[in-house]
Amino acid sequence: MLININHRQYEAQPGQTILDIARANGIEIPTLCHHPALSIAGACRMCVVECDNRLVASCTTPARDGMEILTDSKRVIGGRKTILDLILSDHPLDCMTCEANGDCKVQDLAYQYDLRESSFGSKRESRFSIRADNPFLEVDPDKCILCGRCVRVDHEIQCSYAIDFVHRGFDSIVGTPFEEGLDGDNSTCVFCGQCVEMCPTGALTYKPSKGKGRDYEFQKIVTTCPYCGVGCQLELHVKDNKVIKVGSVYQVGSPNPVGETCVKGRFGYGYVNHEDRLTTPLIKRNGQFEEVSWDEALDYVAQKLIQIKEIYGSKAIAGFSSAKCTNEENYVMQKFIRAVVGTNSVDHCARLCHASTVAGLARAFGSGAMTNSIGEVEESDVIFVIGSNPTENHPVIGSKIKRALKKGAKLIVADPREIELTGLADVAIYQQPGTDVALVNGLMHVIIQEGLYDQTFVEERTVNFELLESIVAGYNPEKVSAITRVPAKDIIRAARLFASANKGSIYYAMGITQHKTGTDNVLSLANLAMLTGNLGRESTGVNPLRGQNNVQGACDLGALPNVYPGYQAVNLPENKAKFEKAWGTQLSDDIGLTVVEILNAAGKDIKGLYIMGENPVLSDPDQNHVIAALESLDLLVVQDIFLTETAQYADVVLPAASFAEKNGTFTNTERRIQRVRKAIDAPGQSRYDWEIICDLAQRMDYAMSYDSAAEIMEEIAELTPIYGGIHFDRLEGTGLQWPCSSREHQGTKFLHQGQFTHGKGKFHTVSYIPPAEEPDSEYSYLLMTGRMLYHFHTGTMSRRSPAIDQYEPDAYVEINLADAKRLGIEDGERVRVTSRRGEVETYARVGERVQEGQLFMPFHYAESPANRLTNPVLDVIAKIPELKVSAVKLEKVNM
Amino acid sequence: MANKEILICTGTGCLSSGAEDIEARLVELLKQHDLEKEYPVKEVIKKTGCLGPCSLGPTMIIMPEKTFYGRLQVSDVEIIVEEHLMKGEVVSSLLTEDSHHHPIEDYTQIDFMKGQMRIALRNTGLLDPNSINDYIAKDGYKALHKVLTEMSQEQVIEEIKTSQLRGRGGAGFPTGLKWEFTRKAVGDQKYVVCNADEGDPGAFMDRSILEGDPHSIIEAMTIAGYSVGAGQGYVYVRAEYPLAVKNLSLAIEDARLAGYLGEDIFNTGFKFDLEIRVGAGAFVCGEETALIASIEGERGQPRPKPPFPANSGLWGKPTLINNVETYANIVPIILQGSSWFNSIGTETSKGTKVFAIAGDVNQTGLIEVPMGTTLREIIFDIAGGIPGGREFKAAQTGGPSGGTIPPEYLDLPIDYESLKKIGAIVGSGGLIVMDDRSCMVDVARYFLDFTQDESCGKCIPCRIGTKRMLEILERITIGEGQSGDIDRLISLGNTIKETSLCGLGQTAPNPVLSTLQFFRDEYETHINEKNCPARHCKALVGSYTIDPEKCVGCGLCAKKCPVEAIKGEKKQPYKINSDKCTVCGVCVTTCPVDAIS
Repeated sequence: MLININHRQYEAQPGQTILDIARANGIEIPTLCHHPALSIAGACRMCVVECDNRLVASCTTPARDGMEILTDSKRVIGGRKTILDLILSDHPLDCMTCEANGDCKVQDLAYQYDLRESSFGSKRESRFSIRADNPFLEVDPDKCILCGRCVRVDHEIQCSYAIDFVHRGFDSIVGTPFEEGLDGDNSTCVFCGQCVEMCPTGALTYKPSKGKGRDYEFQKIVTTCPYCGVGCQLELHVKDNKVIKVGSVYQVGSPNPVGETCVKGRFGYGYVNHEDRLTTPLIKRNGQFEEVSWDEALDYVAQKLIQIKEIYGSKAIAGFSSAKCTNEENYVMQKFIRAVVGTNSVDHCARLCHASTVAGLARAFGSGAMTNSIGEVEESDVIFVIGSNPTENHPVIGSKIKRALKKGAKLIVADPREIELTGLADVAIYQQPGTDVALVNGLMHVIIQEGLYDQTFVEERTVNFELLESIVAGYNPEKVSAITRVPAKDIIRAARLFASANKGSIYYAMGITQHKTGTDNVLSLANLAMLTGNLGRESTGVNPLRGQNNVQGACDLGALPNVYPGYQAVNLPENKAKFEKAWGTQLSDDIGLTVVEILNAAGKDIKGLYIMGENPVLSDPDQNHVIAALESLDLLVVQDIFLTETAQYADVVLPAASFAEKNGTFTNTERRIQRVRKAIDAPGQSRYDWEIICDLAQRMDYAMSYDSAAEIMEEIAELTPIYGGIHFDRLEGTGLQWPCSSREHQGTKFLHQGQFTHGKGKFHTVSYIPPAEEPDSEYSYLLMTGRMLYHFHTGTMSRRSPAIDQYEPDAYVEINLADAKRLGIEDGERVRVTSRRGEVETYARVGERVQEGQLFMPFHYAESPANRLTNPVLDVIAKIPELKVSAVKLEKVNM
Repeated sequence: MANKEILICTGTGCLSSGAEDIEARLVELLKQHDLEKEYPVKEVIKKTGCLGPCSLGPTMIIMPEKTFYGRLQVSDVEIIVEEHLMKGEVVSSLLTEDSHHHPIEDYTQIDFMKGQMRIALRNTGLLDPNSINDYIAKDGYKALHKVLTEMSQEQVIEEIKTSQLRGRGGAGFPTGLKWEFTRKAVGDQKYVVCNADEGDPGAFMDRSILEGDPHSIIEAMTIAGYSVGAGQGYVYVRAEYPLAVKNLSLAIEDARLAGYLGEDIFNTGFKFDLEIRVGAGAFVCGEETALIASIEGERGQPRPKPPFPANSGLWGKPTLINNVETYANIVPIILQGSSWFNSIGTETSKGTKVFAIAGDVNQTGLIEVPMGTTLREIIFDIAGGIPGGREFKAAQTGGPSGGTIPPEYLDLPIDYESLKKIGAIVGSGGLIVMDDRSCMVDVARYFLDFTQDESCGKCIPCRIGTKRMLEILERITIGEGQSGDIDRLISLGNTIKETSLCGLGQTAPNPVLSTLQFFRDEYETHINEKNCPARHCKALVGSYTIDPEKCVGCGLCAKKCPVEAIKGEKKQPYKINSDKCTVCGVCVTTCPVDAIS
């Protein structure tokens, strides 16, 4: 259809509003409450236009064929001016000191419509007081124009329902439950900051950046978040070589298309410019670190490595690559260990999180990554979340799940703890930790028994169904109930619900993988997805949520002891030949050691260890053992941005650049390769990780040098088929999802369409095996470890971000109310948790998140390291330790 | 004595004037005089809903002779029992007089009722709302039976369309069209909603219908449900109407038990049920999209239209929403036919309209008149004119969304179009009559104060604009009006009307603009001369004083003063405390010696 705007004809599509059409054609209509990502409110009325001799709000009025619209008639301008005049009559005119000066729509419009002050008189006295009861956000209701964008982003995008309008009419205000403030007991605010991003005025501002600069002073750099594996795109606001704040990026097709991010992405940047940053290389002499030059440090390391290699052979050296570093750096690191040192013993912390995923999914499907894309969850009709706490650990995905539920999706949550999603689940399952194989087998038992499985899919796309059938026959709901402590009726309900899905998707994380049966757990979920035909289509799949910003990429680029970049096995002669040719050197045939194996061999078979950006003292199981291992090495080199708990044990410490200081790429959990862009210069003498390693390689007589990260990616693309089409010039915008084989390839949104990577999907028979260490009379509690919303991994970054650490400063252990009562422990009291491997003191957090007899500790805290307690027993296939189940004692600390 | 019925009005108005005491006394006396056999209390005494003539309450009608007794005192009951019930003699001293001071016995013939034509109010005051049998005895549920067994959905809608019934909630949208839109809207689930969030100050016809004739609404909504294809209905009643909620709840239960609600109604396979949702007292929830948001459990704020509820209403489903009075017209249209209905009224406005008449008239209450009746007929013939022989100054129709009508339009036949032409609206039917003591600036201020307070705050013109208008009006009434204020009010008022999101804001400036249209000189006098011609605005006229020379110390003024501002000793001159005095003028009219000025 056609509509007339200002006497010119424009094409219009049904469903488009007048505003849509005007904006699409570059016709300016001012708005305050409108945002393309949010529902239409029609609240500000600034967008009025004249239509059929009436003023109508263009944002709410759908186009009709032949409509006559005037966007700038005298009447329209008069109406807008009056509305603006009214806004100014209730808005402080303190632009000179306002945080939002230069980034305020009211200010812009006042300028445009030439209104210096209100004709109704200026607002001289505040009607409200400023609320700043938390370290993150400041709320100035006097500047609020009640456009409601904050409320809508909270309800529609973030789905936290933390704020809403309260009171009525002129007294209306955006408020919190019971006026307790955003950090109140009844507040559901998670401080994602999206409300601030949406605010068109200075009513909502960030506290940490207050007074540190205004919009026009910032250089803005779009980059990828350094925290979890979601890979949110962020806009760093930089001034004077400092990251001042983090803004949202609105980009269709990105993992966070409507500017979402979590508290860590938004406020966790403080570490970048932290005074603790390493700025010079250090060598430990007589137990003390001394500042040295790069030449001295690198010569020292090169000489020591050559020495170890000469005396003990290449196999006596190992390297930890880093899930925090870029793809290019991981590539360079594994190349260094393989080509320069001459061993395959390079691994990284994926070993501790998703090694079992990589192993399990590769066995079942031929490819060990998230099958589908993050955004697809919103269109799933049944979502099964098991062993994953997305609203805390992958908050942006957590919100997407909530959005799917709003659209009518059903949710099954299986988690030993009462996580936020449990409360939203249609079927909530609290399985006993370590019994996931039994649970999933039980679900499949019901699905097969009741004939609810996808026969066509099973016949056409899979093999070994008979084997599966025979093994799950032994897992009837009653038997499974006895193992898992889940009522049989819930097992049946969950099975029927998942089987009923048209688009059923499975989301899991470390609750599945960090077990000695981690690979079995993953295989079980792969079985379930194949059985119900939920693979190879949009909004289905088996979706491991990866924990680190670039853990996917570190795996992809071969920071694993058994594969070269692109999962090309080191023990296949043609692969070895290919890389020997490319790298111009001899390579080892032998599969190398994994993270825990390397530490176990330290001081014995391993003499030298090069750690880039990892902190095993806090991240690996059995801390006392880890420390002893590090101390027994002849050479420990730690390359990092801080003097971490691990770096304290190093012989040489090399200062590296943070994510904000370098170019490169991260690959997120949905296989999306996204750009990391340099925003500021690295402090002191710190250098890019890849640069340091190349420099070191040169000193070890191996010619390795690149001019840029982009150049490294060119080499990666040549050698890595799944990254074959990845080039920096193609990564502007939303990046590319691997497999992407060539320059022409547009990337892959979801895997296994039509056929699996290795042809047919394989059912695997897995039987339930109990955890290695179960509570007994002495160690009578079952301890789980994990993460929480506000902190990340070993805390090196999040705990150096002042706002976050101020809000959530202390370690804790979650204790069930009944257990606490029995032991006389009050919330907030000091308690001691002891395992066979060590003891830790921490604060008690008493409640009902954990079941009776179970405890939960986050592992982020150096002062109360949960991993001093964990059991290093390994999954035989994936070599992942059983971090989720340890037997411990719990007692009150008498002060 | 067969067919004997004693109808005691227990609508909210009569309850507050003591109807329960009258009933208790009656029961007591029947017992005392051993009349229980002849007059079995449960069968004979009917506690009805509101008949309408509230200022005559408490009222009693004795049937079948239709004898009407009003303004009853407890002591009157004994006379009625002894004379009327025992001897069969009408107590003429308790009858209501007509304008010629003739006592009238038949309730339909008293002045207040004579000029009315009751369609929506056909049953209120005449049956026991808690008795489904009473309703059935008055052809209740016959229309539903007819619709379900004899008529197609299209036929029902055609009938409503032909009747030319228009929405009685205020906007006057053709009801049949609304039904048709909802029927034609695509949706697996549809809803029927009754808007009983009657918020206009003074209007209470919806309350009276729900209190006095709840089954008529249940029946009409069920018919609507059938016609548009909905299985579920909601009645949204404000919490301030507890008796309506109570009577309607009971009626819904009775209708379910009788099979008029629920599964398989009249064995036709049609199922329909009703739920009551109680509102929390926000005026804006009378706006249909805000009402829908409130039913959904969201904050009661209007949503942009389009989409209209007929296409996307409750939970995004096609929803038919009509107000109580509109539904109250449905059953008669089905039973008596659309041509009967559209023969009543004017060219564009068919049927009747219920008005809640209040203010400076002799008889306040609810009246229902054919569209096209003049204001003069309503005020002077039905409501008995202005008390004290004072002069009619203006009438406000449509409550705070409406406008004022000056004396020159007293003979204008009232319908949707005629009122719109002079800047007023029919609205929900509030009708406030003002005599010459009313200050029109203050009247405008009063109404704007109401709407400003009830603005939900969502859109800027309404939220801030009404506040600024109110501030201007306030300063005018205290003598601080500035030159240009009148133009400011007109310009701002027009912008608010043009740019507000919902009907509340779009009509909020009406009382101001309309008083400015007809009484601009009063505003000018306030601003330029710092004077209130109606002697009402206290800051301008100061307070009243008593001339001690003239005062005889009778104390009548002190007795009548509503704010106890007058004190004094008998036979000594009284004094007025000017801090307390609201300049209402009651004392002036009360004083027998004209000592107050």
